[in-house]
Amino acid sequence: MSAVTRIQIGVLAAACLFVELLCRSGAISPLTMPPPSAIVVDLGAILQSKDMLGQIARTLADVAAAFVLAVIAGFLLGAGLAALPRLRAVIEPILASYYAIPVFVFYPVFVVLFGLNHYPRIAIGFLLAVVTMIINTLNGFDRVPPVLLKSARVMRLGRVATVRHVILPFAALYISTGLKLAVAYAFIGVIAAEFILSGDGMGYEIAYAFNNFENGVMYPLILVLLVVATTVNMGLYAWERRFLARQTAHRDTS
Amino acid sequence: MREPHVIVEGATRIYPGTAGRAPLHALGPIDLTVRKGEFFSVVGPSGCGKSTLLELIAGLQPLTAGRLVFEGVTVNGDVPPGVGVVFQQDASFPWLTVCDNVAFGLRRVGAPAPEIERRVESALRLMGLQAFATAYPAQLSGGMRQRVCIARTLVLEPRLILLDEPFGALDRQTRLLMGDELLRLWRATGATVVLVTHALDEAALLSDRIGVMSARPGRWLEIIETGWPKERDTGLVERPELSGLTARLWAHLRKEAVQAMGGGASG
Repeated sequence: MSAVTRIQIGVLAAACLFVELLCRSGAISPLTMPPPSAIVVDLGAILQSKDMLGQIARTLADVAAAFVLAVIAGFLLGAGLAALPRLRAVIEPILASYYAIPVFVFYPVFVVLFGLNHYPRIAIGFLLAVVTMIINTLNGFDRVPPVLLKSARVMRLGRVATVRHVILPFAALYISTGLKLAVAYAFIGVIAAEFILSGDGMGYEIAYAFNNFENGVMYPLILVLLVVATTVNMGLYAWERRFLARQTAHRDTS
Repeated sequence: MREPHVIVEGATRIYPGTAGRAPLHALGPIDLTVRKGEFFSVVGPSGCGKSTLLELIAGLQPLTAGRLVFEGVTVNGDVPPGVGVVFQQDASFPWLTVCDNVAFGLRRVGAPAPEIERRVESALRLMGLQAFATAYPAQLSGGMRQRVCIARTLVLEPRLILLDEPFGALDRQTRLLMGDELLRLWRATGATVVLVTHALDEAALLSDRIGVMSARPGRWLEIIETGWPKERDTGLVERPELSGLTARLWAHLRKEAVQAMGGGASG
């Protein structure tokens, strides 16, 4: 274990201990928040409940579906726009102002389109995540130095081979940023849709527990969300560092 | 006289005007015949179309008018087989090791693995990069990255090597050493070399002939035979003829360079 990892774990442990002390000393009321140790015990109980495990699994499956669809569609649309500059000139201003649109207002439309099931939540997660993937794919494609593309032409690579062997490897760093943001947006979209508009899923359970003062349910579910979202993001970050960090110094110095 | 390898007839390049700007006449019309196995350099003021000429010969840009022939085949906007280009900017692929960078072109054409191994090893040895085969470009100096790019070009055994200010980013000492390496490679491969450079002494040192271009649109002011023997190196810096050659190049270029900069300086 590296020194940085040890420090990170130490800081996290110290923060938990600090909150534990605040809760145990009464500085934080038990009605506001139970001590972290009690949250962990409650989590153990929740993880034994088949119903609650089902809710967690459903939400995570919806997040995964929204993420995968957003990554595939976002990448293809980003690559397509990079190849079609005229279409891009029309679409780009819309993309730039996209996050000003509250996509949740489309939930009723999705209910009409998909029915009263989990698809509208996937659609909301997808809509939030897809644009960041498009923008980061475009950004990656834009940043490929023209000299690399000229080199590909000199080596007589066709368009597909140029994309596969030159553009994609170079753009991978930027695309991976899109992946990390798409995970975050997929979580936000699905959980928020469950929270506000749905009748099941983790977001709904958290909202229900909040309205009924069930801290023993609300905090463990928040903890699950935090752990899963952080683990996925750290996994992507580690992958990025392992496979792509060697390029960074080169770009900085060239 | 050796047979012609590259023939340029009335080559002209005009960039179309965009967003209300007038078209830009960058080059020509110019004629040129580069002989097989010749080391030909192009010098001229900034923006005179030297790099445009090189890209036209490489097939990286289409001609607006004129004709360009390489090995008897007309070139216009497509890179013909047998041509290698080394650019001024670092063109190494940062996600590949030195070895994989050099092997890149051979792998793309589906060369057999033993042949790739042999040719890559030979190119790495030629460029003094064996000890860095597993390094990534980020771990190398600018000069070594440029050597990687030269090795990646040489490994494909081009019959025409086009060099666009390949040593532009290097210090003078490294440029001289790279110049020696370039002369050695030129003799070893027997390839035709066209070098674009803004360094008059570099052109005077390395070349069999030097084409001096006018300010934009670039046209030949003069094509000068250097008269150097084939077996030469940058030890020529000690020869008095070199300063005479450089002075002759500068005499042509001074007025053109002033014109390219806006024409304000006195002559």
